[in-house]
Amino acid sequence: MAVAAISPPEAIMRAQARWRPIEIAFWLATLLPFWLTPDYLVLASQIAITALFALSLDLILGYAGIVSLGHAAFFGLGAYAAGLIAKHGWGEPVTGVIAAMLVASIAGYAASLIVSRFRHLALIMITLGMGLLLAEAANSASWLTGGADGLQGVKIWPIFNVFRFDLYGYVAYSYSLIVLFVVFLLARRIIHSPFGLSLRGIRENAIRMPALGAPSRAHLRKIYTIAAAIAGIAGALLTQTTETVSLEALGFQRSADVLVILILGGAGRLYGGLVGAIIFMVARDQFSGNTPQFWYFWIGALLVAVVMFLPNGILGGLAKLTARRSRAS
Amino acid sequence: MIGVLFDGFAYGMLLFLLSVGLSVTLGMMNFVNLAHCAFAMIGGYVAVTLMNQWHWPFLATLPFAFLGPALVSIVFERALYRRLYGASDLDQVLLTIGLAFVSVAAAAYLYGTIQQPVRMPDYLRGSVTILGLTFGAYRLFLIVVALGITLVLVGALEYTRFGAQVRAAVDNQRMARGLGINVDAAFAITFALGSGLAGLGGALAIEIVGLDPSFAFTYLIYVLIVVSVGGLGSIGGSFVAASLIGISDVAGKYYVPGLGAFLIYLVMIALLMWRPAGLFGKR
Amino acid sequence: MSALATRGLNKRFGSLVVARDIAFDLPRGARHALIGPNGAGKTTLVNLMTGLLSSDSGEILLGGENIAALAPEARVRRGLVRTFQINSLFPNLNALEAVTLAICEREGSSRIWWQRVAAHSGVIDEAHGILSSLMLGNDCYRPTRELPYGRQRLLEIALALSTKPKVLLLDEPAAGVPRGESAELFAVVSGLPPDISVLFIEHDMNFVFRFASRIIVMVGGAILLEGTPQEVAADPRVREVYLGKSGRGGARHG
Repeated sequence: MAVAAISPPEAIMRAQARWRPIEIAFWLATLLPFWLTPDYLVLASQIAITALFALSLDLILGYAGIVSLGHAAFFGLGAYAAGLIAKHGWGEPVTGVIAAMLVASIAGYAASLIVSRFRHLALIMITLGMGLLLAEAANSASWLTGGADGLQGVKIWPIFNVFRFDLYGYVAYSYSLIVLFVVFLLARRIIHSPFGLSLRGIRENAIRMPALGAPSRAHLRKIYTIAAAIAGIAGALLTQTTETVSLEALGFQRSADVLVILILGGAGRLYGGLVGAIIFMVARDQFSGNTPQFWYFWIGALLVAVVMFLPNGILGGLAKLTARRSRAS
Repeated sequence: MIGVLFDGFAYGMLLFLLSVGLSVTLGMMNFVNLAHCAFAMIGGYVAVTLMNQWHWPFLATLPFAFLGPALVSIVFERALYRRLYGASDLDQVLLTIGLAFVSVAAAAYLYGTIQQPVRMPDYLRGSVTILGLTFGAYRLFLIVVALGITLVLVGALEYTRFGAQVRAAVDNQRMARGLGINVDAAFAITFALGSGLAGLGGALAIEIVGLDPSFAFTYLIYVLIVVSVGGLGSIGGSFVAASLIGISDVAGKYYVPGLGAFLIYLVMIALLMWRPAGLFGKR
Repeated sequence: MSALATRGLNKRFGSLVVARDIAFDLPRGARHALIGPNGAGKTTLVNLMTGLLSSDSGEILLGGENIAALAPEARVRRGLVRTFQINSLFPNLNALEAVTLAICEREGSSRIWWQRVAAHSGVIDEAHGILSSLMLGNDCYRPTRELPYGRQRLLEIALALSTKPKVLLLDEPAAGVPRGESAELFAVVSGLPPDISVLFIEHDMNFVFRFASRIIVMVGGAILLEGTPQEVAADPRVREVYLGKSGRGGARHG
């Protein structure tokens, strides 16, 4: 938006970070399923969880430029951590999520020591390799993970001893939505902070950053750890709302799916993962049916279309459209 | 032990055929083509169709297993890839994964998801005895074919003008363009050749690992490992890396079955950390 | 004690020697120029001094301290900053964000993730101040990729200045700047604070003769000679090296 140099620069920066009406509308709209589609609350909670996972990927991909093909590793770690804690007697959900988050953060920090040192193909391969490694290890360690059958005997207690997880997903959706919102607020804060600005700097021009005295690797380690923590939270939520965990929580398919979701919605816009998750999960629910191949055909075609025609995803396309319209008027 | 080494090396040769094209095109244009193994899969299905529907002899299908994917790759390159040469790694990854998804879905639709039954000609079945040791006939055939192709590739690269152009473009694309080398044309040809070789590898792989639509992704992972370990743009690097991975994989599964594919990923990560550009990569 | 000096700096790639025993001194507050034909090793020298390239041997002394073993970010923190020959900017950030980023990194506030950038009004005001002094004050809200090339070149310098350098290495600041926009660039360069020591690499002799009090000539990875602009212009070796490219004023690098 073109501005006369009347308003002080500070005010303009402030305006950038302000809550826009459409954001408020979005969050209000997330309450609609309770009234409009009460039969689909279980799906809604799955969407919220996936959205949270996509948000965590956005922080490293959309804002710091780290292309990861193995992000499900942290989702899976969180899922299994929460599952194992519940299976062995402690089914309290909130502390379970916190514990899962800690497990995922530690793994994320360890991984970040390696990840922060590479770029391009080597980075893609290393993240892919780490994800596959973990999946393979989880498969082999069936005494711990239940192997291909998944974890059995996960029992979750009611939240705060009051809200019991019901079959209709009412509590599940409320729980997931609240966690998503709280984490989202945190992510939003990070993006608008000096740290967030540095991340964007790394994404825009990784070579210039050290030339400005920036400790890029330390920044990357920090955001990678935070993103791993959030992915872990999402994984834990999945376990708690479904009372199961299986190997696909850390599989390559999940890493690939979340990447597709984020790109579909548009990376680097904070809402891209959320929008992508809604569209992807709803479409999959409606169209996937009996033939998964059919689904992947369209996803593949969609990916090609998005890359060729909508490089910034749906939100990017919308942004360009509104910009063009405001320029024309 | 010899048996394990032999099987491992044969498997490595298969991986080499599948990977060499990707290594060279990645080295030349830095274009991350994750649809590479989809071409291999196409080659496999071409061979299967010719053999099972039209009853062609196995050896006769091989040139077409090479040509089919090569032609398809030319179409893809003109229509899509060409626009993304300067694009980010992510965009290239996404485009090519999308194409791979589409190919896999199409294959599943046309051929179903079961493994394709094929019957190798009699002279390739059974085993051959050399110097008192028995070797599988098919694997021997595979090794011979792969070594032959390697010689042709290396010869072409070292001794032909086209090969010199390819080497120049891999080494320093900007400089090569500045010298008047038509890098885009060289790339298109190399890409077609690489995809063709992958297709050939796919056809040859049927007997060893079977063919179903998931081939495009399962073997993509191995190919990526070979390419990143061997170094981009290096035929020798791919050869060494493929042999290494092939032997480690077979030996690992034989001696320590519990570890399975675990070992390969660990080896890859360790090697990449030591040499991010691959064992024989630039810089 | 000079602001920046090198002693016996060497670097080779196999049989190609790109830096041969370079001994070089930049006094405090200096305005020196480094010239030489293409391939002489000028940018390589800057890369060696800033740490993008590691030297085979030799010392790099910043204010007397040997920084040859330090990482690039560490050298910047000690006050050695460069600009790039081809703009190396942040395409989707606007100029204000870019300079604010540089200042936050300088102050160490880049580790703060819990407060909005907008809350740091001192930083933003400083950023705007720097941009205004470089005549970018009105353009600072547009994404960098929308700025004309000459403006981007100024932003390149603004970023370097935001780090509060003691020594500034300008790599061909006038390169690619259209004639109509070069006046602003020249004004900015004359306005550089006198306590910063500046070394320019340049081909544009107009620029060199206007701003440099001393010229160093590099050929084939080694320093050929150095002296005042008049001495260098009159030296027959320099003319020989340039093979007819003008050593006197008027030659513009395309």
